[in-house]
Amino acid sequence: MRDRTAVIEVRNLHTRFGRAVVHAGVNLVVYRDEVVSIVGGSGSGKTTLMRQMLGLDRPARGSVTVFGCDVHRGDPRELARLRTRWGVVFQEGALFSALSVFDNVALPLRELRILPKDLVRDIVMLKLEMVGIEARHASKLPAELSGGMSKRVGLARALALDPELLFLDEPTAGLDPARSENFVSLVGTLRQELALTVVMVTHDLDTVAALSDRVAVLADHHLVAIGTLPEVIRADHPFIESLFRGERGRRALGAVPPELQVS
Amino acid sequence: MAAVSAPPSQPEPQIRREDAGDGSARLLLAGTWNLQALGRRAAEISAKLQTYAADPRAAWDLTGIDRLDDAGAVLLWRAWGARRPDRLLLRSEHEAFFHHLAHAEHPPRRRRGFSPLNAALGTGRFALLMADHAAGFLNLVGQVVIESLRLLTHPSHIPWRTISANVYRAGAQALGITAMVGFLIGVTLSYLTARQLKIVGADIFIVDILGIGIIREIGPVLAAVLVAGRSGSAMTAQIGVMRVTQELDAMAVLGISQIQRLVLPRVAALALALPLLVLWTDFSGLVGGILAAEVQLDVGMQDFLLRLPDAVPVSNLWLGLSKGLVFGVLIALVACHLGLRVRPNTESLGIGTTNSVVTSITLVILVDAAFAVAFSHVGFR
Repeated sequence: MRDRTAVIEVRNLHTRFGRAVVHAGVNLVVYRDEVVSIVGGSGSGKTTLMRQMLGLDRPARGSVTVFGCDVHRGDPRELARLRTRWGVVFQEGALFSALSVFDNVALPLRELRILPKDLVRDIVMLKLEMVGIEARHASKLPAELSGGMSKRVGLARALALDPELLFLDEPTAGLDPARSENFVSLVGTLRQELALTVVMVTHDLDTVAALSDRVAVLADHHLVAIGTLPEVIRADHPFIESLFRGERGRRALGAVPPELQVS
Repeated sequence: MAAVSAPPSQPEPQIRREDAGDGSARLLLAGTWNLQALGRRAAEISAKLQTYAADPRAAWDLTGIDRLDDAGAVLLWRAWGARRPDRLLLRSEHEAFFHHLAHAEHPPRRRRGFSPLNAALGTGRFALLMADHAAGFLNLVGQVVIESLRLLTHPSHIPWRTISANVYRAGAQALGITAMVGFLIGVTLSYLTARQLKIVGADIFIVDILGIGIIREIGPVLAAVLVAGRSGSAMTAQIGVMRVTQELDAMAVLGISQIQRLVLPRVAALALALPLLVLWTDFSGLVGGILAAEVQLDVGMQDFLLRLPDAVPVSNLWLGLSKGLVFGVLIALVACHLGLRVRPNTESLGIGTTNSVVTSITLVILVDAAFAVAFSHVGFR
């Protein structure tokens, strides 16, 4: 049985950009050790929801609590501690373009200002090894990396401080199928090894099917369904219908029992 | 020699009008009604269709059309006044075209032109934006002050390397351009005043004019304007690109202070580099002025340098250097403030960079005027 401690609690979240309503009362709880995928169409506000969980965007109403700390109104010192407990992989990697691969991964460690130099070096090389980046790439600048490598270095940086919680923004967008499968299995392995709680925003159904314990579907300003993949597929909503039961959806979810595959 | 065959006949859109017998008309459309076939004749055919469509009782028979595309369908649809005619015969495969047209939405109408309400709203928005900028700038200044105080108590955290990199980029690399511009301005100023001074026979006062003018005013403002254009824009663009590439977000979630990493080193670097550049610009300006004076007025270099300490009290130099310090801090703060406000798109990046240069040059001149008023009793004999 899974641990039911809540890691993230999103309560009654409202978001609007000008007159456009994005979220109207979103509630979501993420529990320890689970992988939750947030799926939704373009413009459904899934990336915005994640940015609000990270405290990068402020909601119009409602609150987001991560590890019991309100990310928008919490005490700055507590928030600083919180930021060492999570790791984020951005869609394009968001590596610091002025720093080498090594320095990108080393930065969060150096920022702690407590680790000796040689320890930092060993930790960085270990993290790079974990994500499958060879040592000869360590001195390269982000501009010299391919998309897949940037993402893996981004993952190494996110894992630098051994976080308990990992956010992935479109982990497979922009990767070719082989590489995205590679990345997904990498995340799957690391998640087992490191006992990570993972929140992932994606619209790639293969990734959803491969990694998620629970799926949250964002449509029409609300979470229209949340649960395990078979539960969500059974839910009655036009967006879910078109997403999972379309041609692509059926192909991606080959493992799902045929009686659910409504034609 | 092969016989030249006639080109294959182009498929044409055809319209034929028949009398149906009961006084109404029957319109038989045939041939090809696609973009290629309609092409240049669209206006002519459209006019023809419209005259036919003026008769509401006309029966339209489109079954003769063997190729139809969206362009042809839209042409017909417009002739019909955006609705299906009452009597219409259609091939079933063409049904879809008109079905889509019936459901196509009009683009939202944009309101244009001047209205007093819009003007008031625009003014209000501008005022709010300015207030927002002022609040944001004040906030930034406050954070920089707090961060500097914190660094004074933790000197090991001072980002020396970033500061020195910025001093090199904004200061050392600007030596050439400031020297050249300063020299030319010195020559010009000396040349122009020399003619006037010759008329009244006050040749030696060239030293006073050049000394005070360059050290007190021209040197600091010239260096500041050049640095604002060179380094201010670069700083805004650097930080702005970090917004576009999400590097700023990455810093935020890693808990790395943007003030400490990005803003403070730039402010410190310009606070250090600009006074030095002012000194350098003063020097080149005076060299230019002395050379021109030697040619124009027989005031030799020795006379000039001998008189300079008497003509220009040293407080002018301190005033010029402190202006350099203030301008440097100002330029860096404006550049960082606008860089951090860049939205993640290229348009906003361009606007931010332009605004950075324009705002910092304007502010430099405003502050310079304030200095002139506040220190009007300092540095004169």
